[in-house]
Amino acid sequence: MSSMLLSTIPQVSSSLSESYCLTLLSVQTKSKKTLARPGVKNVVLVEGVRTPFLLSGTTGLLQRTGLPKDAVDYIIYGTVIQEVKTTSILRHNINQRTLGAGFSDKIPAHTVTMACISSNQAMTSGVGLIAAGQCDSIVAGGVEFMSDVPIRHSRKMRKTMLSLSRAKTLGQRLGLIGSIRMAHLSPELPAVAEFSTAETMGHSADRLAAAFGVSRVEQDEFAVRSHTLAKKAQDAGLLQDVISFKVPGRDIVSKDNGIRVSSMEQMGKLKAAFIKPHGTVTAANSSFLTDGASAVLIMSEEKALAMGYKPKAYLRDFVYVSQDPKDQLLLGPTYGTPKVLERAGLTMSDIDVFEFHEAFAGQIMANLKAMDSDWFGQTYLGKKSKVGTPPMEKFNLWGGSLSLGHPFGATGCRLVTTVAHRLQKEGGQYGLLAACAAGGQGHAMVIEAYPQ
Amino acid sequence: MSVLVSLNGRRRIYEVKGDVAVVRINDPNSKVNTLSIQMQKEMAEVMDEVWANDAVKSAVLISSKPGCFIAGADINMIQSCNSADEVTTLSQEGQKMFERIEKSPKPIVAAINGSCLGGGLEFAIACQYRIATKSKKTVLGTPEVMLGLLPGAGGTQRLPKMVGLPSAFDMMLTGRNIRADKAKKMGLVNQLVDPLGPGLKSPEERTIDYLEEVAIEYARGIVNKKIPIRKEKEIQDYVMSFEFVRNQIYKTVHSKVMKQSKGLYPAPLKIIECVKTGVEQGPVAGYLSESQNFGQLARTSESGALIGLYHGQVACKKNHYGVPQREVKTLAILGAGLMGAGVAQVTVDKGVHTVLKDTTVSGLARGEQQVYKGLNDKTKKRNITSFQRDSILSGLTGQLDYSGFEKVDMVIEAVFEDIHIKHAVLKEVEAVVSPHCIFASNTSALPIKDIAAASKRPDKVIGMHYFSPVDKMQLLEIITTDQTSKDTTASAVAVGLKQGKVIIVVGDGPGFYTTRCLAPMLAEAVRVLQEGVDPKKLDALTTSFGFPVGAATLADEVGIDVAAHVAEDLGKAFGSRFGGGNVEVLKTMVDLGFKGRKSGKGCYIYQPGLKTKEVNPDIGDVLEQFRMTPNPAVSSDSDVQYRLVSRFVNEAVLCLQEGILKNPLEGDIGAVFGLGFPPCLGGPFRFVDSFGADKLVEKMRRFEAVYGNQFTPCQLLLDHAKDSSKKFHK
Repeated sequence: MSSMLLSTIPQVSSSLSESYCLTLLSVQTKSKKTLARPGVKNVVLVEGVRTPFLLSGTTGLLQRTGLPKDAVDYIIYGTVIQEVKTTSILRHNINQRTLGAGFSDKIPAHTVTMACISSNQAMTSGVGLIAAGQCDSIVAGGVEFMSDVPIRHSRKMRKTMLSLSRAKTLGQRLGLIGSIRMAHLSPELPAVAEFSTAETMGHSADRLAAAFGVSRVEQDEFAVRSHTLAKKAQDAGLLQDVISFKVPGRDIVSKDNGIRVSSMEQMGKLKAAFIKPHGTVTAANSSFLTDGASAVLIMSEEKALAMGYKPKAYLRDFVYVSQDPKDQLLLGPTYGTPKVLERAGLTMSDIDVFEFHEAFAGQIMANLKAMDSDWFGQTYLGKKSKVGTPPMEKFNLWGGSLSLGHPFGATGCRLVTTVAHRLQKEGGQYGLLAACAAGGQGHAMVIEAYPQ
Repeated sequence: MSVLVSLNGRRRIYEVKGDVAVVRINDPNSKVNTLSIQMQKEMAEVMDEVWANDAVKSAVLISSKPGCFIAGADINMIQSCNSADEVTTLSQEGQKMFERIEKSPKPIVAAINGSCLGGGLEFAIACQYRIATKSKKTVLGTPEVMLGLLPGAGGTQRLPKMVGLPSAFDMMLTGRNIRADKAKKMGLVNQLVDPLGPGLKSPEERTIDYLEEVAIEYARGIVNKKIPIRKEKEIQDYVMSFEFVRNQIYKTVHSKVMKQSKGLYPAPLKIIECVKTGVEQGPVAGYLSESQNFGQLARTSESGALIGLYHGQVACKKNHYGVPQREVKTLAILGAGLMGAGVAQVTVDKGVHTVLKDTTVSGLARGEQQVYKGLNDKTKKRNITSFQRDSILSGLTGQLDYSGFEKVDMVIEAVFEDIHIKHAVLKEVEAVVSPHCIFASNTSALPIKDIAAASKRPDKVIGMHYFSPVDKMQLLEIITTDQTSKDTTASAVAVGLKQGKVIIVVGDGPGFYTTRCLAPMLAEAVRVLQEGVDPKKLDALTTSFGFPVGAATLADEVGIDVAAHVAEDLGKAFGSRFGGGNVEVLKTMVDLGFKGRKSGKGCYIYQPGLKTKEVNPDIGDVLEQFRMTPNPAVSSDSDVQYRLVSRFVNEAVLCLQEGILKNPLEGDIGAVFGLGFPPCLGGPFRFVDSFGADKLVEKMRRFEAVYGNQFTPCQLLLDHAKDSSKKFHK
């Protein structure tokens, strides 16, 4: 596991003309000028980086920060499938990674887990610590090693092994060893399945797509859109959060290697992956699980400015939601979006940049249809009418989890960083990100551009 | 292209989607679809159109009703026939229609969501392909045997071919419901579809639409030869090709049926006969045997009795007392014994917050463990997931005090059967609960009005008599006093229905209805034992009459101490009519620790892990002390049987005469579902109707001459004996 530090944090530039700022504000017709609230600390995103999301191989976290070695108060990491040797003892792990690069061994750290929104939880926990005045600067991130997940012995075998370590005599040991049968030896493989329903996520996504009448073609088209936009963004050099990473024993990897623009015909050839044979979710219209790591540096605004950083964005209101893990497993964005907008006092039209986690093309389409349905809004969201859908010309314009990949724990930071970068690039003021997660949970956050 | 053709009654609509005809079944007059004459006629018309329509290449058969494909044949249609021949003709018409479906030149896909039973299943298996939803409501089965009938529209002929002889026999002889995933494994359905959650429509509606979409896809696939409809030959088919293997199966199944039914039920034997004829002599003989046997069975008294019970069960699963003002959201149970914990289990698993209160930590722990075990057994059988089990258990609160009782809507007490303890508990409860709270007593014999005498709110006091084991026994006997309010009754019935019970509501009195009928029969059983009949022989005599559990075993199950208690109490209340056997026999057994199954010894010895049970050797000495000399004039096997049964029946009729029972129907349901009265006889009242009140009175007079007033027929029974046109059931 290698470690890297970041070198290029943009310093505050004072060269912006006031007149430019004024023109910028005058074109905006937002319902609010800013989401800053009296008495609430402004929390800013200083920088966000990630490794390329890799289809295979191992990975490491990289950080792009010219931070003084003792300036970070706390480190929080999100991860889903914990392998003790690679991620779980994160304090140790992070230090291993960061000590050489200059992080102090005096910085406490912990891991959080909340399925696909683990790094969102890491960031919002950090926001909480800053807002509460406990910390001023936090490194939050997410890391996933799908290529090295722990595989457990069966419960019977674990029991036997534990008893074996307590056995005192040779006779007891032999007796225990003799009790081992074939059934003991089959391992428990981790599955992307719901604890409460034992249904795999792809299966649930297929049912969700069917419930909202999302066709196979719609799903394939959305997947192709994701790959096409990702390719464009990659070619245009927009994915500036990606930093090169040397895979031990192999070459340096400096870009996401899952982006594959296919024709609709190629997409159509694939067989259903979960509900066979009549399902609509295929390998090509699902996000793929990868190794990957991402990190953000978040600070209180004063601290960032005092240290001479040029923040990228404000992290504003956020919500977590939860609903039925069986039939509404992946509808988090539908529940989270109206709730966070309401909290921020914004409407759908105020948002310039939307970034939704693309777990499955069918899941995104189902969420869009749910947000566009009066019946769903009235029956399940307690609204008078539909929530309304994000306009596609503002939606996931640099690709998404379908094309870039989805390392469970690391996707959240990518979403935040992408929203911040897109706001800068496109000149918008407000961005909204939303994601669904196992257990029927969801998350949404409003991000405000930092005045340029 | 989409054409809507509505037919007379608008029962079925067929719509053409592309080149697939979608035939929707929807009986406008009922919650469920049943195969009636009208429906068969309409179906034939629709299918003729489908076959004649050149634009149509295949068809999908689907129900528009959520939770029901076709629930079976219309029972009334069979019952309204006047002769066996008429029923045979009905059967043959059904056979012909399904034969046309089977031979359809255009493939027909049955899209099944909800119950697909009896005639509905026979319809589905005549189709070329079956797709079923994995919904919990989707069940397939041939329950005809439970009505004393057989699958009479080709079921006995097609099922063995489809699922093999052993599975076909299992389905038809047990009548059990098969869930979709099991049906797929058996080869009964070809494909499964997952039920959907909410989308742009409600989950139920959208699931039906989705099933239809998928079925249309498959129908096209079959036409395009992309989807095979012939099943592959399996090893089982090869094994079954040997005649000696098949003969061995017929023999085994026959002996099993004889052992379990004692030959009292003709339907299972006829089912075996029909299957055998079809397999061994070919379809012509098979179908003929099926239709003829169907006609004969429909006219048997056994079938009449079973159908009567079915109707009764339906009637006793309704709340005739209106909607209660308040829904019971929190229910508290006092006493975590076998009964209390059983009631807790059937309540908490329906999502009602349940408080289980006991006075000791060990008692409470035992009760909670019982609930856990009950639910865990369901997990092992995969009826529920371990997550559901844990989530259900989170609704159960165990406690030793009355904290939080102000939020309780109903209290059911299951404490020791002693009026003083019941009074004490009632007063404690009324001191802490809110005024709307109902107090129900799960007593098996103490009159409710005596318990209510200690109450400040007697209108809120009611009896709820459960049967052990509560999670297995279907009956709930609700007892109302003159003071019990209608709303209290409505609420108790609503709770019982939620618990899944079949409910009878009876008047108050010692032993109410069920205990009162059982007590004289058990008193007679004790006398029979005292007269030197061995417990095993006594059990054989009762089971061969049709009781599922023998009288001696029943006493052990109920508990000898409980039986002694009840016999004494009711003996005091009703006098010598409840005599017969000496109560001291039971009391002596209790003193020796022979309390029945729960103490390991009673009439029999019970050893954990052992299925066979031996007669308790020490019981001989007890019986010797109380030995009576049998009178040979009334001691033949048959006489002993009728001595036991006539006392039961006479007491039941007396309950109706006295107004304890509101009607004979509830009397029959209570006796069969609560006490195991022979189902083939349909209950005490139907038994009097079919056996003849006059013949029964005649037997009773003969016993009366020897034993006295215990056998004196009651007035109502005498009335029926005098006038043979008087029947309890029309």
